[in-house]
Amino acid sequence: MTATTTERPARRGVRGRWGDRLLYGYTWLIIVWLFLPIGVMIAFGFNDAKGRLNLTWQGFTVKWYARLFSVPDLTTALVNSLTIAVVATLCSTVLGTLIGLALGRYRFRGQGSLNLVQFAAISAPETVMGASLLSFFVQLNVGRGYWTIVIAHVMFSLSFVAVTVRSRVLTLDPAIDEAARDLGAGGWTAFRLVTLPMIFPAVLAGALLAFALSIDDFIITSFNSGSTLTFPLWIWGAQKNGLPPQVNVMGTLIFVAGILLAVGNALMARRRR
Amino acid sequence: MRRRLAPYLLVLPGGLWLAVFFVVPTVVMLSFSLMQGDVVSGFRLTWHWQNYTDALSAYDDQLIRSLVYGLFATAACIVLAYPVAYWIAFRGGARKTTYLFLILLPFFVSFVLRTFSWKFLLADDGIVLSPLKDAGLLPQDFHVIATGFAVVAGLTYNYLPFMVLPIYVALERVDPAMIEAAQDLYASPAQAFARVVFPLSLPGVFAGVLMTFVPVSADYVNSTVLGGTNNTMIGNIIQNLYLVNTDYPEAAALSFTLMAILLVGIFLYARALGTEDVLEVAAR
Repeated sequence: MTATTTERPARRGVRGRWGDRLLYGYTWLIIVWLFLPIGVMIAFGFNDAKGRLNLTWQGFTVKWYARLFSVPDLTTALVNSLTIAVVATLCSTVLGTLIGLALGRYRFRGQGSLNLVQFAAISAPETVMGASLLSFFVQLNVGRGYWTIVIAHVMFSLSFVAVTVRSRVLTLDPAIDEAARDLGAGGWTAFRLVTLPMIFPAVLAGALLAFALSIDDFIITSFNSGSTLTFPLWIWGAQKNGLPPQVNVMGTLIFVAGILLAVGNALMARRRR
Repeated sequence: MRRRLAPYLLVLPGGLWLAVFFVVPTVVMLSFSLMQGDVVSGFRLTWHWQNYTDALSAYDDQLIRSLVYGLFATAACIVLAYPVAYWIAFRGGARKTTYLFLILLPFFVSFVLRTFSWKFLLADDGIVLSPLKDAGLLPQDFHVIATGFAVVAGLTYNYLPFMVLPIYVALERVDPAMIEAAQDLYASPAQAFARVVFPLSLPGVFAGVLMTFVPVSADYVNSTVLGGTNNTMIGNIIQNLYLVNTDYPEAAALSFTLMAILLVGIFLYARALGTEDVLEVAAR
């Protein structure tokens, strides 16, 4: 008995250590692979390229950061992307939070179909969602542009917010809300002072997700944009003539801003706990 | 009375939005797929089922290629993602969140921009291939771009995090005491993995397949940027028929076919797993 107990951990130890090292190295290899194109993008934002072609390394410069807005239609596209993302995030966060509250707290008729529709909206291929929305706008003779993009973005992101909020609401004790009402709070007051602070981390996470989905969306947007350009659409159209270094700089700045937002959110969540 | 109405009032605005801009458009697209006509003289509903047979016989190559690329990329995602998810779940320790964050970080750069970055990296005379060619390690006419391999690699790259995440969630839930119990019953580490850990992680793999296979098979960004002209997928055709040819009936028939194939697959999955479970994993 003692022989087996001393032998087994030892054998497992040696093999386990090598296995762990291998897995550790492998994980970092995958992370490096994930970052490779991003590293290249960041680096070539500092490339002293001549003219529009940014293909070979010409030396280090920060001039593109100073001339960030010198390609007017690229700037317009970036502004479109940002404002569309803000408007779509606000709408989908409000609509999605309401659905999430209902799904988490009540049992009601039609719940099954609502779940099914949301599930379909999350998992349907983007190409098909973009195509069917375009069919709809064509049929109604609605011209495509800024607002059809906003409509599309709210449509595909609100279910993500709803699901995120719902899973948080499910963990809450309904007695807390009832206690607030017993103490004389009306429905709205109870929501504002009791429920909202408790679900706020999930609402914020849902909003961040909606923002990220909106600002990055290409496929659905390309179907419903008309002649309006967003940042990804501009890149798509411009790439035949080569992408100017400003694209790299904007990509880098969005990347950094995203990291800061996410880290800030995580730190806030930690402090709350 | 007010409390009975509460859930309906909460659901109403968002539910309407989904009904008007998701459910109705799907029906409109279905009706388009049975119409005849053109943009100038208008489209009329004539129950023209031939749109489906026409579309399928003209574009069966691309449809099959999309599903094959989808399968290859999904399989590659599973193989590449599983060890990463395993290591983070069981050996990540206090740094688990940091590693997950690193895996998700690429999403902060536009998907289109990352794909163009790969095209730049792998260009025929680009920064990876040209030194290798100059050193004589590769033949001068060797190329990666404009091959099916490049498309599958690009798809795998872009959707890998969607596979890591659900597998990680499933592995995270595995109680380490179960592994210890298996080993106390004299299972070797390999047996403990094969008989205990792996079966428990399968729901995560299934969810990951769902989250990668569907978008991957309908994607057209990777095939356009990395695939050249000979590796077009069904998404390219749908996009082209809609936006360039404005042949809405045929385009609608084609996207409806794609949706039907993928949705049947999804719902079989969802039934096997329970809808809410899949939704939950999808949300994380």
